[in-house]
Amino acid sequence: MFPFSFEWIWDVGHMVFMGGLWYALAILGLGMTYCILKSVIDTMQGKGVHH
Amino acid sequence: MDSALIPEGVTRCSFGKFALGIIIVGGVLLWGVYAMMLIWLKGLNQTNMNDFYGFALWIWADLGVIALGGGAFFIGLLRYIIGKDELKNIINYAVLIGFICYSSALLILAIDVGQPLRSWFIFWHANIHSMLTEVAFCLSCYFAVLTIEYIPLILENRQLNKVPFFHNLAHNMHEVMAIFAATGAFLSFFHQGSLGGTPAVLYGRPFAFREGIFIWPWTFFLFTWSAAAYGPCFTLFVTRLTEKITKKKLVKQNVIDLLAKISGWTMGTYIIAKIIDTWYWATVTAPDMGSNLIDFYSNNPFYGIWILVVEIVICGIVPALILLTPKGRSNPTLLFTAVLLACIGVLLNRWVMVLQVMAVPVMTFENWVMYIPSWQEVATTILPVAYGIILVMISFRYLPIFPQERELNS
Repeated sequence: MFPFSFEWIWDVGHMVFMGGLWYALAILGLGMTYCILKSVIDTMQGKGVHH
Repeated sequence: MDSALIPEGVTRCSFGKFALGIIIVGGVLLWGVYAMMLIWLKGLNQTNMNDFYGFALWIWADLGVIALGGGAFFIGLLRYIIGKDELKNIINYAVLIGFICYSSALLILAIDVGQPLRSWFIFWHANIHSMLTEVAFCLSCYFAVLTIEYIPLILENRQLNKVPFFHNLAHNMHEVMAIFAATGAFLSFFHQGSLGGTPAVLYGRPFAFREGIFIWPWTFFLFTWSAAAYGPCFTLFVTRLTEKITKKKLVKQNVIDLLAKISGWTMGTYIIAKIIDTWYWATVTAPDMGSNLIDFYSNNPFYGIWILVVEIVICGIVPALILLTPKGRSNPTLLFTAVLLACIGVLLNRWVMVLQVMAVPVMTFENWVMYIPSWQEVATTILPVAYGIILVMISFRYLPIFPQERELNS
């Protein structure tokens, strides 16, 4: 549920509950984005070539 | 045949033997899939759930596997946040077991909701006053965490690791794993707790109702604490079982000893809190609501006071004492007995908090309502077990799960 959904109410419950979900998803999403981007850069720089 | 995929320096059984094992367990898996399809195609009338049992075998199995899979979050917390470095030698297996447990829980829920195509409603049309909504949020997010923790292990397969991008990705994911582990511990704390809080807020059911602090009943904390105590026991149990089946030593004794000792302390403190909670509930909470302790354990064919004794004494105090003593931890038979009793204890606790809650009469004119699951419910509950065994077999064969295996078996 997002603030633009018709069911959304600007109260503490919605902000804490949904905010917690977005917070957790943001950490996971940003963490994985960082790992993938860094791996692409590392690979382009020739790191991790199996010997 | 598949030797190029097997980790370097370790031995595995022949491919034929491995394939035969997969086929045998796969047969059980297919039986479960057949039952699952029946339920999805024909509906929940395939179960023995009714107006008394809206929560039944599946919810017990869900709570059970989530508690047993708690080893992943607690060992992750100990390894990455608290810095118990020795546990790096068992964390991979804990993650795999956690991944299996949580994917099983989600699979069972997908069967239980009856209309899985609408599962996304819980996210989009969330009822923020429901503990189960919070459970659904945390469960899904934590499964994502476990998937993220499992991916590097897959990428470390001997052949996949030769691909530079996969090698780098596995390396980079390991580098930031502490952040994922911390997120996982945060999510686990809340969903384990909310699963315990759900029955305890049922003020119309004196057997389940508990008092607490702010919005959290005491069982909120007891469930989280019990998952932290008993989850690592399941990891130890499966590790020992794998060692027995493969006839290999996979983890050094000092690692087993450390985890068993931590589990012993966690279990010991949990069981003291559980005894206090039970005592207060039996002497204050339930009588205030017009019930006596013996009402919950009499006049029915199954639920007697024995269940309380088994849960708290035999499967709580006894394993805690074994794990707390150096002699108990160093004796393989005693250790195996302790972790097995602990696993039974936490499963029994979840059974009581799900199924006995439903069985106890609420009104004075009601009788106990007993429940026997249908074969479809049993088959779909065994299905995740078969799936778990297959995933363990494949992962053990092709992935470097145990960093100490080569050294211990050379």
